[in-house]
Amino acid sequence: MLAEETHRHDHAEPETQQEVLLRVSGLKTQFRQDGRTVTAVDGVSFDVRRGETLAIVGESGSGKSVTAMSILRLIPSPPGEIVDGEVLFDGKDMLGLSDEEIRKMRGSEIAMIFQEPMTSMNPVLTIGRQLSEPIQVHRGGDRKSLLAKCVDLLRKVRIPDPENRVKAYPHQLSGGMRQRAMIAMGLGCDPRLIIADEPTTALDVTVQAQILELLKDLTRERGTSMILITHDLGVVARYADRINVMYAGRIVEQGSSGDIFKHPKHPYTLGLMSSIPRLDQPSGTRLTPITGQPPDLSNLPSGCPFHPRCRFAEDRCRAERPPLTQVSDQHWKACWIDVNKP
Amino acid sequence: MTADLSEKLGREMTGDPARATDEQPETSTDTLPPPAKLPLRYRNRFVEFFYRLFTERPLGAVGAIICVLLLLTGIFADFIAPHGYNAISPLDRLKPPSAEHWFGTDHLGRDVFSRVVYGAQLSVIVAFAATTLSIIISVIIGLFSGYLGGRTDMTTQRVVDGWMCFPDLIILIVAVSVLGPGTWQVILILGLLFGISGSRIVRGAVLTAKENVYVHAARSIGASTGWILWRHILPNVMPPIIVLYTTRLAAVILAESGLSFLGLGIPPPAPSWGGMLSIDGRSYMFLAPWLAIMPGLALAIAVFGINMFGDALRDILDPRMRGGTGRYIARVRKPGGQTT
Repeated sequence: MLAEETHRHDHAEPETQQEVLLRVSGLKTQFRQDGRTVTAVDGVSFDVRRGETLAIVGESGSGKSVTAMSILRLIPSPPGEIVDGEVLFDGKDMLGLSDEEIRKMRGSEIAMIFQEPMTSMNPVLTIGRQLSEPIQVHRGGDRKSLLAKCVDLLRKVRIPDPENRVKAYPHQLSGGMRQRAMIAMGLGCDPRLIIADEPTTALDVTVQAQILELLKDLTRERGTSMILITHDLGVVARYADRINVMYAGRIVEQGSSGDIFKHPKHPYTLGLMSSIPRLDQPSGTRLTPITGQPPDLSNLPSGCPFHPRCRFAEDRCRAERPPLTQVSDQHWKACWIDVNKP
Repeated sequence: MTADLSEKLGREMTGDPARATDEQPETSTDTLPPPAKLPLRYRNRFVEFFYRLFTERPLGAVGAIICVLLLLTGIFADFIAPHGYNAISPLDRLKPPSAEHWFGTDHLGRDVFSRVVYGAQLSVIVAFAATTLSIIISVIIGLFSGYLGGRTDMTTQRVVDGWMCFPDLIILIVAVSVLGPGTWQVILILGLLFGISGSRIVRGAVLTAKENVYVHAARSIGASTGWILWRHILPNVMPPIIVLYTTRLAAVILAESGLSFLGLGIPPPAPSWGGMLSIDGRSYMFLAPWLAIMPGLALAIAVFGINMFGDALRDILDPRMRGGTGRYIARVRKPGGQTT
């Protein structure tokens, strides 16, 4: 345990002493359509501390994005609805705020960066006008000062020639540049929390690295917290302080990056790890995929939702749903099995 | 990395020649200008627009010219018409077209050419006023109904459904009998009638536009509904609205003529084309055919012109019909000069 602490990450102080910025507890979000109820997020709890990067990992449909959208109450309703739980941002109850109050939080306190830089910009507005939107909405200001601010922001995200770029239209920028511009837009009002929903999925690998480095630098510079939503474990390993692994709307394992990568305790996490290609293995080695399909959220298997795909599954897994239990100081798992047992 | 990206960008900004030639609509391949001339097309979006109108849709260009002529005739009717529209001259009744009376005279000895010219003025006034009114109604209903969705949309659309159940003509006749005939009544009724049915088209476009990620992104930065509608939705539904406007113009001119023909529109002696066809034209059709032919021709040409222009406009503005040289690219100022 102590050994893990040391190589975990380069934060000066231990996490336990850091202040909690966002606390999500028992969050439950459902979608109702045609009489079917899909529980996309089912009792998710986690904390985000000041200045830390929390990753939420999981396959498509595991509830990562819905969790993020629920925090900002951006779930389209109907059909979506947050039925239970609590979201406290800096002590403020997000779910209890009025529409107007939550609108004021969006963009200024909590910013969101979307996954598709190609479609998340309005094609008929120039970069400058889009970038200035959060500032314009929350703080106002005349055109000239807004434009100057945009140039500043673009420079911060290292876009070359920002004076001319602000006059460009989104289609005139490459994917990576657009994602940078999106990040700049998120930074506009100096938010305290950035939610990056698969910020690099649509980009090629070299650009991915640049964007993530940039995000990391910027959040560290300003002490901004970040929730990084991704399905790419490679991204997580390098940039996240702590990790939530989600499966079928629930958190199945929670811990620091070190814990999760070095000592995965949940069979699903284990499965994810063994399905990544690794350089330290001979080139002929076959990857081990997780067999089967993600479950139908409106009709979950009994007991542990992962049991049909789990190679460790026992009778108990089929009958009872495992609670999130503590493995070590900062490490939690929702599994009956001790995967390390020979 | 910096140099790399700007170089790439520079390439995109020079107009992306690969796209420009590959994705042209098939009709225009032979009218493509030589490469040396390309920069002209990027100078600004109006130049670009008219360039494409004349090269790709010549019929649309003819329509545009007819529209401009109609507009000019309407504006300068007082200078063009040799006589007043109601200048009676009992001695010159039912004269065939001649050097003095180009389109002949009617049963009261009024100059038909002058009346057709003033008729253009009336048509232009009614058409623009009623169409503008109808588009405003369509946009307001369509934006809110489409964007807010849910119960608002449901209620609004059922009301629109109910309204559209009535045949237009019945509504018109009832409305005129209540309000009485007259120019502003016709404008009001036609505006309302076309406005409500047109809201469907705007709503449809809004439904598509609101699903764009940038609308969600705008919500996530805390933009209000009004802001999103104005900044993000409206500009993106403009092409169908512009097309709706042009098709409605022609429809309104026809509807006004129809009403006047039935005696429900603008009452005589106002020189409405429809009215001229009815009172004078029908009664004297065999004795003085020019009374029916002249206003009828004017009406046909005006509607044809507006429709052709509207069609061309749709083809050029609709992104799905658009070739690789869209109007957004046309906004780049100096091709190649962007990367400094």
